[in-house]
Amino acid sequence: MAEKMNLEIVTPYSKVLDMEVDEVTATGKLGEFGVLPGHAPFLTSLKIGELAYKNNGITEHMALNWGYFEIKDDRIIVLVETAETPEAIDVERAKAAQGRAEEALKKLDPEDKQFKIYEAALERALIRMQVAAKAARK
Amino acid sequence: MASLKSIKKRIVSVKNTRQITKAMKMVSAAKLRRAQENVVAARPYAKKLGEVLQALSANLEGDLHPLLEKREAKKLLLIVLTSDRGLCGGFNSNLCKAADRYIKEKSDSYEQISVMTIGRKGYEFLKSRYTVYKNFSNVLAKPSYQTAAMLAQEVINGFVEGEYDQVELLYNSFRTVMTQDITFQQMLPVEPEVKGATEETPVEYIYEPSVSDLLAEILPKNIEVQIFKAMLETVAGEHGARMTAMDSASKNANEMIGKLTLQYNRARQAAITTELMEIISGSESIKG
Repeated sequence: MAEKMNLEIVTPYSKVLDMEVDEVTATGKLGEFGVLPGHAPFLTSLKIGELAYKNNGITEHMALNWGYFEIKDDRIIVLVETAETPEAIDVERAKAAQGRAEEALKKLDPEDKQFKIYEAALERALIRMQVAAKAARK
Repeated sequence: MASLKSIKKRIVSVKNTRQITKAMKMVSAAKLRRAQENVVAARPYAKKLGEVLQALSANLEGDLHPLLEKREAKKLLLIVLTSDRGLCGGFNSNLCKAADRYIKEKSDSYEQISVMTIGRKGYEFLKSRYTVYKNFSNVLAKPSYQTAAMLAQEVINGFVEGEYDQVELLYNSFRTVMTQDITFQQMLPVEPEVKGATEETPVEYIYEPSVSDLLAEILPKNIEVQIFKAMLETVAGEHGARMTAMDSASKNANEMIGKLTLQYNRARQAAITTELMEIISGSESIKG
């Protein structure tokens, strides 16, 4: 595949990534989706989830904490609150966070305001571990 | 002429002051570098988010979101960002004066102007003149996105509940280390910029979920980012201003030390001359 797309991942703290890729998959609000070069202009919101990009046959994973995904003219812009590479993920911490969130969720009522916060925390922890595990398998 | 001892004392005290100003300059320089990096890092995000919002609002019709709603502007909320600490030249006072002028100017066109301050200096200046609606101090020591999100939520709630119809942000934007520009920025209602005729026609995007759902998420986000950016710029500007102020203070101290030393040496020489004269005249009188 000769054509490539430019992938840019930006957070409020830094520009995480800016490179040429062949394929990107990410978790949108309505489910997982993938884009290839030549995709129609597309704008969606992302939820806490995983983003994978493939370049020259090598797939890399990242853990994202919700944001936006835009593609236009083969330029992808991902705006997220946090984006972590597998190397940056602290598995121990994610495990601890998972434990804490599970504990809290058991005690809380789903109606509670706190419930959603912990649910999100749990989701983040799980995604981090998932991404880290994928990198470790390689 | 002042006595030798008193001049000496003054030199020592000015030297102490110089030491402090020098140290403050160094600290600010170090902090500035980090703050500057943060500002630069945050800019692409803010810019991109603006672009996304632009793309969204380009094919917008009607009032899709409460934050876009334009009401008759009767009540204005002015958010003033200053630093918590002083000793940074005209950084805070210029901004406070600008805020003061602005409020006086606008007081006729609005029924009510409320002030929200972020940073202690602005609060202290404005509370004696106006009623400060809300104040947040000590959030700038470590500007985090979470804080900005919290502030944004506060602002949005007030706007939606109708406590004010328009929100403006006043802060020092960081241009260079030496210069900060006083910036007014309208935050709410969000005004989608009208695209010029020269620009390309907006691309038809595929939206997932719908435009209104996306807007509902992106508009508050944009407020957060604007506040976050303003916070970062204020911090960077503060350190820049303090560095410049302390630099000139150190220079002034150097100059003062130079002058005092000259004075001291003159006084010393005068004292020696007098002493010599006394000795000579004493010995002359013995000889005589």
